[in-house]
Amino acid sequence: MGLFEKLGIKADISIVEHESAGRFIPITQIKTSSELSKFITEMIPLLHLEPEQARTIGYIVSELARNVLEHSKSEHGAFLCAQYYKKSNSIRIGIADTGLGIKATIAQSYSVQTDMEAIKLALMPGITGTTRKEGGTEQNAGAGLFFIKSIASVNRDFFVIYSGSALYKLLKKSIKNVLRLNADPFKDRHSTEEDLPYWQGTAVGADITLDRTAEFSALLDAIRKTYSDTVKERVKARYRKPKFI
Amino acid sequence: MKQINIFDRAGSFAENKDVAKEIRLQEIVPALSKGEPIVIDFTGVDAATQSFIHAMISDVIRQFGNEILDKITFKSCNETVKKIIAIVADYMQEGLADQ
Repeated sequence: MGLFEKLGIKADISIVEHESAGRFIPITQIKTSSELSKFITEMIPLLHLEPEQARTIGYIVSELARNVLEHSKSEHGAFLCAQYYKKSNSIRIGIADTGLGIKATIAQSYSVQTDMEAIKLALMPGITGTTRKEGGTEQNAGAGLFFIKSIASVNRDFFVIYSGSALYKLLKKSIKNVLRLNADPFKDRHSTEEDLPYWQGTAVGADITLDRTAEFSALLDAIRKTYSDTVKERVKARYRKPKFI
Repeated sequence: MKQINIFDRAGSFAENKDVAKEIRLQEIVPALSKGEPIVIDFTGVDAATQSFIHAMISDVIRQFGNEILDKITFKSCNETVKKIIAIVADYMQEGLADQ
């Protein structure tokens, strides 16, 4: 993966470097929008996936890395890597930055006291640190993380997000469970931790089981309904109430 | 009628929001400002992210109102691209009620 090389640490242990094609994408630093597009075009095909699976992985990498480039203000950009696991036929994707972190980003538009409150808001559809307006700004809707969590949810996979001292983990669902998306991440089957070593920035991990990525179209139907219902509820909550005496 | 080809600008995976913004500012908004209908052609595009579609059309809906969708035609979209466009069109119109 090239961890020691990226950290600039001389490793005392002997490391056998494997051929990455078809197995993993080594730790890669991405600092610009064009670098990201080039990475998606050139690197994702090296995982030798089916077209539908490659699209799902590309989608996740694009949305997560663009979040870093647009919100984190990290001078180092995004670090990402991915690995294919043959036994479970799954891909694990990790992306991390050393930027502002979710709390500082969300706090630009919302009042949040803790890292966990900020993570909760960041995972809800239509919530972005750039504005409180429904629909977001011209460049940002506040939907990216909700989409990624939804992809993991529909595939019944793990998804984890760590920022500051808080961690939210979406847990695997039973395959018998009826597909249902929740706007509120705390209504999903999950675990949380709030006293972890402080991470200045954000780290996200997702396990995507490749056997199930064909459900993307059905997922979009579920996202459309959940997203729409959530926006309607939020707009309605801000209605002025008639006063009666 | 103005034709805008997404594949020529963004390739088969439309994900670069900077490109989406350029298309909006350089092609979509000028044409619609003159009252000219537009066709956004997705021929050859296998997938698009929600962020790309948002960056391309959300501010158009906010700026011109939802009736502007009558002047925009999305051509040759596959099923998933259609659904992503529908998601963005939905939440932008629902959000307009709040502004």
